[in-house]
Amino acid sequence: MDLAAMFSKMFVSNGLIGAFIVVGVVTFIAYKLAGITKGRIHGSAVAIFAGLVLAYIGGSLTGGHKGFASIPMFAGVGFMGGGMLRDFAIVSTAFGADLREIKKCGIAGVLSLFIGIITSFVVGIAFAYMWGYHDVVSMATIGAGVVTFVVGPVTGAALGASSEVVAISIAAGVVKSVTVMIATPLVADLLGLRNPQAAMMYGGLMGTTSGTAAGMAAVDPKLVPYAAMTATFYTGMGCLLCPSILYLALNAVMG
Amino acid sequence: MAIYGVALLAGCMFAGVFLGDVLGVLLNVKANVGGVGFAMFFLIILANRGIDKGWLNEKSQSGISFWSAMYIPIVVAMSSIQDVVAALSSGPLAILSGLLGTAIAFAFVPVLVKMGSKG
Repeated sequence: MDLAAMFSKMFVSNGLIGAFIVVGVVTFIAYKLAGITKGRIHGSAVAIFAGLVLAYIGGSLTGGHKGFASIPMFAGVGFMGGGMLRDFAIVSTAFGADLREIKKCGIAGVLSLFIGIITSFVVGIAFAYMWGYHDVVSMATIGAGVVTFVVGPVTGAALGASSEVVAISIAAGVVKSVTVMIATPLVADLLGLRNPQAAMMYGGLMGTTSGTAAGMAAVDPKLVPYAAMTATFYTGMGCLLCPSILYLALNAVMG
Repeated sequence: MAIYGVALLAGCMFAGVFLGDVLGVLLNVKANVGGVGFAMFFLIILANRGIDKGWLNEKSQSGISFWSAMYIPIVVAMSSIQDVVAALSSGPLAILSGLLGTAIAFAFVPVLVKMGSKG
């Protein structure tokens, strides 16, 4: 009787249930660790960071691209953290959000989307240029990657960028997403990220759904729906602006 | 029953995501435009109506609040499947541009909050 094989087969064939156990254990340990800091770091921030560490371990052990879920036994974590349940849970957080707070946001909320997309795009272009990518298509694709890791490849495909450039654009977007997850709880007080309006501006400026979702959760779970509400328009807007207006503007400046 | 709340939540998600997809096609964009945002908007409206009119009782609401309590665990699972290795090993171009892009966006948060409170 090969107990180890039986055990791992159980995990493989009941992936989602196994994920509940893994995440439950990680969360428990994370909250205990956060307790040691006497509440200075929120448990959810530690848990999310622990998730990223697991992602690094899983990715470097297997050479796969799905982080911890690259390990076959833990593939179920990929289902639990995948787009379907993530969006379902994000929508559920709207239950209890206050429509009056959202209405107060107004023009500044819309403006946050444009500023967020354009500044990211410009930063990406500047770095791409410094690293020797002087053709407009590559610069625009890397710029779009800094917007989010979805906008980068969408823009690259639309403009016909090389796969190397597309890979860089995805990596830049992932770095941004991970940075937002880690940095948000650290800078929340400094930026006054304490009310629904600020959360909506933040969502619109950062845009990365995974980054803002995790970052805001670590600051105050009550503010998550407000940040998610604006962030969800960001990727769509980015896919709209980057391969069209922003690319043409860059072409006009560089060409 | 809890399933009524879960079904309402699921229905809102589909309505929103479908609207986002349609909007994406209309705008000629290869992405969903604001789908989750629309879904959240529908849920806020319908859940408030349901509570006011009495058809969304406490048991049904518990179906929604369960998923909202599962939100952080799902985010933990999500962070554990990011391609962190690629992000760290892709070289300074991706890392620096990602970092600076985030820093600048952070810097605009207080600026916009000030604007928003004036308007």
